[in-house]
Amino acid sequence: MIDFELSPRIKATKNMIHMFAEQAVRPIARYYDEHEHEKPWDLFKMVHKFMGGGMAGAFGTSGKEEKAEKEGEPKEKKPRETNLAGAVTIEEIFWGDAGIALSFPGPGLGGAAVQASGTPEQKERFLSRFSGDEPVWGAMAITEPEAGSDTANIKTTAVLDGDEWVLNGEKIFVTSGKSALEDSKGFVVVWATVDRKAGRAGIKPFVVEHGTPGMQITKIEDKLGIRCSDTVSISFMDCRIPKDNILGSPEVVDKTKTEGFKKAMATFDATRPLVAAMAIGVGRAALDFIKETLKEKGVEIRYGINPNRMTVLEREIMQMEADLKAARLLTWRAVWMLDNGLRNDLQASMAKAKAGMAVTRITQKAVELMGPLGYSREYLLEKWMRDSKINDIFEGTGQIQLLVTARRILGFTREQLK
Amino acid sequence: MVSFELSDEQKMIQETCSSFAADHMYPAMRDADESGEIPEEIISRGWELGLVGGCIPEEYEGFGEGLNALNMVIALEELAWGDLSMAMHLLSPTVLAFSVLDQGTEEQKKNLLPRYCGEEFKPASCALVEPYYDFCPSAIRTVAERDGDEFVINGGKCLAPLAKESDHVLVFAATNPGMGFAGVDAFVVPVGTKGMEIGEREKNMGVKALATYPITFKDCRVPLAARLGGENGSDFLRLLSRSRLALAALAVGMSRHALEHSRDYARERVAFGEPIGSRQAIAFMIAEMAIEVDATRLLVWEAAWRCDKGMDFAKEAALAKNYAADMAMMVGDRSVQIMGGHGYIRDNPVELWFRNARGFATFEGMVMV
Repeated sequence: MIDFELSPRIKATKNMIHMFAEQAVRPIARYYDEHEHEKPWDLFKMVHKFMGGGMAGAFGTSGKEEKAEKEGEPKEKKPRETNLAGAVTIEEIFWGDAGIALSFPGPGLGGAAVQASGTPEQKERFLSRFSGDEPVWGAMAITEPEAGSDTANIKTTAVLDGDEWVLNGEKIFVTSGKSALEDSKGFVVVWATVDRKAGRAGIKPFVVEHGTPGMQITKIEDKLGIRCSDTVSISFMDCRIPKDNILGSPEVVDKTKTEGFKKAMATFDATRPLVAAMAIGVGRAALDFIKETLKEKGVEIRYGINPNRMTVLEREIMQMEADLKAARLLTWRAVWMLDNGLRNDLQASMAKAKAGMAVTRITQKAVELMGPLGYSREYLLEKWMRDSKINDIFEGTGQIQLLVTARRILGFTREQLK
Repeated sequence: MVSFELSDEQKMIQETCSSFAADHMYPAMRDADESGEIPEEIISRGWELGLVGGCIPEEYEGFGEGLNALNMVIALEELAWGDLSMAMHLLSPTVLAFSVLDQGTEEQKKNLLPRYCGEEFKPASCALVEPYYDFCPSAIRTVAERDGDEFVINGGKCLAPLAKESDHVLVFAATNPGMGFAGVDAFVVPVGTKGMEIGEREKNMGVKALATYPITFKDCRVPLAARLGGENGSDFLRLLSRSRLALAALAVGMSRHALEHSRDYARERVAFGEPIGSRQAIAFMIAEMAIEVDATRLLVWEAAWRCDKGMDFAKEAALAKNYAADMAMMVGDRSVQIMGGHGYIRDNPVELWFRNARGFATFEGMVMV
């Protein structure tokens, strides 16, 4: 049955997270925008204490849920809504502040990769730390100076030498890389090729622990927005890691097949809608702000009148509102599919493409419509415009999402539609 | 709990309407548009789908359980995939019948509803839109003034579907001009009532197979009982919102067909040695069309769901309808663009969808869920 009502459990979480975002995150948003590279440690500790494994469902589960299901007695089959809960939670927290929310401790994308393709032993070894006393971060290193969306072009190498893999190469744009490797006892999942000739099939994810010799953070980026979140470059020089830190099989079985790569890439089918939810949170912050300001000034938005009678302002606001809602519904559909075990790669890309484009437009329009108030750093609106731009870029640019969507709609392979 | 899964009943409605659209409506679309006539056989077959009678309860001789906006938007999407004119023709009785079912007095229900439950198609018309560039349902110029035991209607209407072919027209007029939506009432006016004149069939850019008419009212007198809802009148914004849901759903269905057509063409048409869909300029247009068709459908579903749940849905319906109108135009335009010169030729369907698409910004009333 088609239903848009959130379950009582998700509603309660949503309300709680909203209060937290409003009272604990929003008030410090500007400070950490203007003091780039500083971190709200008190908040991190609080987040870690109260939310356990770092917002659990939000950035990949910590594995707790699965464990509980196995150990517990057989219970009634409840439909899963972990990913929906994640999307709803993320929207609220990002409504508070995108930079701070992104910098929260937890398994992150790296943890999600371990969760998606790690063995039970690996999950235990790498993920149990997130339920410890101290905040910990997991990070993911894919991008290289010459390989962004084009992940098949990864040049970082992993060579097996006895009981160890030896990594060499350079990674850039690693979100929370410093938090994971220098500020906590975390890890980074590094994508490297075991056989360049094998192309995609040769690219494997490896877990590299904090403090591993041969791994060094070489740069911390200064950014347009989401400044509270650290983005780093990491270089690997004969960096040796245990043999069993590879996620999935090391075999390059069949060079025409790319199962390993595909499986790991499936991580993104889960995280893409969550990135869309991040965008929606920021977009909603901007829309709420502009609507509240207009209300204070006594400007009414006449919903229901015909477009040919609307003022430009009304038309823009209504379009922003509809766009934001459309993005949210596409996102909910993508996570609902995931929760129900349905293949959602197409819908995940559609949601990410729509949300990224809609929200960059919404925040840009909002700044325009608020005139000098919009442009002033006295308000957070200009910050939201800067923050939101990242949503059209990271975890696959808007154009890459369109490419993936188009391939699926047209039924074309990546060779047929480049 | 959030779900995007259709019920078994909805799946059945979707399948039935979809095969009817593919087997009977779409093959006749071009001829109907050129001739301005819809073959009677299509309408009588379409009537057998039971979409109108299926919403009317047994006590009024129907065979349904009342209005269900979600079921209806699902049906409308499929029918508009087949052809917009035919879908609007076939469902022309909805505005009158569903308005009466939703807000009519018991007497109005008993008198009027059984007419739309028979085995034969029975048209009904609706007169809402007015021939002014700045027409807006919140500022209707047609007025109905009370004079003793009667209302006296004065004003002009247009885009009244099947007005000449119908027995009754549901006429929207302001009883309290200047009061916006709250000042508007609906009146069931029998065709042939003195003072009501139906003009020559209109010539529109699109939906050319749908017969629409202008109507003028000059001191047209109707009894008090003709007012929908009797003494209490009716909730115009609610009726308007129900019709906006219907129009938005139609826009989704027609645009989906335009998208599918563009997709197939882009796969097959070869230029510079490969299908044009292999180029991002075309592929990205198609991806955006697909995203927007889905986005609009979800907006429509959500608003319809609110309607069925008894929640406020006027704002959601308005946003969905405006979004749908913009989406349909974008998709229509691109479906022509992707075919290039071929898109401009009337041998191909896309120019027809492009013309039809522009109508959604203008249409109000006409169909209802």
